[in-house]
Order: sequence, then C-alpha cells, then structure tokens
Amino acid sequence: MIETTINIILFVMLVVTALAIIRMDKLFAVVMLSGVFSFLSALLFIVMDAVDVAFTEAAVGAGITTVLMLGTIALTARTQKKSPKFQLMPVLIIIIIGVALIYGTMDMPNFGDLNSPANTHVAAYYVSNSATDIGVPNMVTGILASYRGFDTLGEVAVVFTAGVGVLVLLSGLARRRREDKEEL
Amino acid sequence: MFLIVAIVLIISMILVLLRLYFGPTLYDRVLASNVFGTQTVLFIGVVGFLSGRPDFLDIALLYALINFVGTIAVLKFFRYRSIGDIPVHNQESE
Repeated sequence: MIETTINIILFVMLVVTALAIIRMDKLFAVVMLSGVFSFLSALLFIVMDAVDVAFTEAAVGAGITTVLMLGTIALTARTQKKSPKFQLMPVLIIIIIGVALIYGTMDMPNFGDLNSPANTHVAAYYVSNSATDIGVPNMVTGILASYRGFDTLGEVAVVFTAGVGVLVLLSGLARRRREDKEEL
Repeated sequence: MFLIVAIVLIISMILVLLRLYFGPTLYDRVLASNVFGTQTVLFIGVVGFLSGRPDFLDIALLYALINFVGTIAVLKFFRYRSIGDIPVHNQESE
C-alpha cells in the first residue's frame, strides 16, 4: 500500500517534470530538469527493487549526461530556437506511436507475476544457485556480471565507443573554431 | 515514524520541484536541482528503512557522490563557460 502510493507520487512528479522540459526554452534549465528527471526514475527503480538499474540511471542520467549536455551548451547556443508554427504531422506520428506502445503493454505480464515468461524458464535456476555459483549476495548483480558476462562486456564496449565519440566531438570543436579564427 | 519522515520529505520534494519549474533565475534552478539530489539520497534511506532493508544506505551514499560531481560540473560551467576544454578567453589574455 505504502509502496504503491510512493510509486504513484513519483510517477506524477516524473510526468510533470517531462511536461516542464517540453515547455521550457532555456536550455540550461532543461539540463537541470533532465538531471532531476533521471533522479526521479532512479528513485522509481529503487522502490521497485532494481538497485543496479537505479544506480546506472543515476550515474549516467544525472551525472554524466548533465556534464556532457553542459559541454554541448558551452559549444553551441544557450536558448532554443522558436519553431515557426504549430506542426500537425509530428504530433500525429507521436500520438500514433504512443497509442501503439500503450496497446503493446496490454499483453505484458503484471509486475512480479509468477507465471510470466521471465519467471518460468531459467529464473528458477538463477534464484536457487546464484548464491553458491558466484557468491555475490545481490542476485541481479550476479546474473549481470557472471551469467551474462559476455553480454555485459558487449554493452561496456558500446558505451565506451559512444563516450570516446562524444569526447572527440566536444574537444575538437572549440579547437577547430579557434583555428578558423586564426586563419581569418 | 519513518512514514512521517517520508511524507514530509515528499512534500519538500514537491516544493523544490515547484522552485525548479517556476524559479525566476538560473541560480534558483541550479540550487533546486542540487537540493533535489540530496533529497533523493534521503528518500532512498527512508524507503530502505520503511521496507525493512537498511542496506540501501550504501547506495544512498554513492548517490551523494554523483550529485557532488554534477554540481561541480555546473559550477565549472558558470566559471569558465566550458567543460573539459581550454577556456578561450584565458588563453587570449596570456
């Protein structure tokens, strides 16, 4: 009961923050708000017991993304350009995709359902053996770091590549701009 | 007892969010987002005690560290107008 109430309050805060992000045109405030947005979703993950996901969300969403976005703002502009007029087509596409996604969630099993596919195949083996196989108290960490170690290694490679790409973009731009100025 | 703390914390989170949405200056918003990070840390601790698993406390401490890094980055941005790159005006003045 308490958990459900906390979930509902957090979800309301999340939606209001998302609406505020859409309404705002000062990009600095948008960065601040998106940091708060990921803190809120991390809180939701914590309440739902997904500690690892919550920690990744807080580190990447609230920590790294805020820093990268600030770096991008420093290199580009601080305010958003006003869009010329109300465009119908993007709104229509977003509404259709949103309705399709909500329709897709109808078939999903309930949160914590014992008969859902995720809980019926290998999960029983993980639950009974991960403590003795790996020796990590947190089951999710054991699965991510050991049973699915190669999958996690691939994810780390992807994130590393993305990070290197962003760093190259951000550090090169200001230098190129200075060189352009010197040539002029 | 922890329930009362959680309720008070949620009310203060809503107040901080209002400051974040309507805050007239940028500095209000920076301060509000930093306070919200601190409140997240407190809320994780309270939720841990509410559900009888105080081991969430370690995670709350790590959140405090992340919040600190974010605030340092914002302040550096205010000071130098850039992050991770040589500030242009300093180089020109030398």
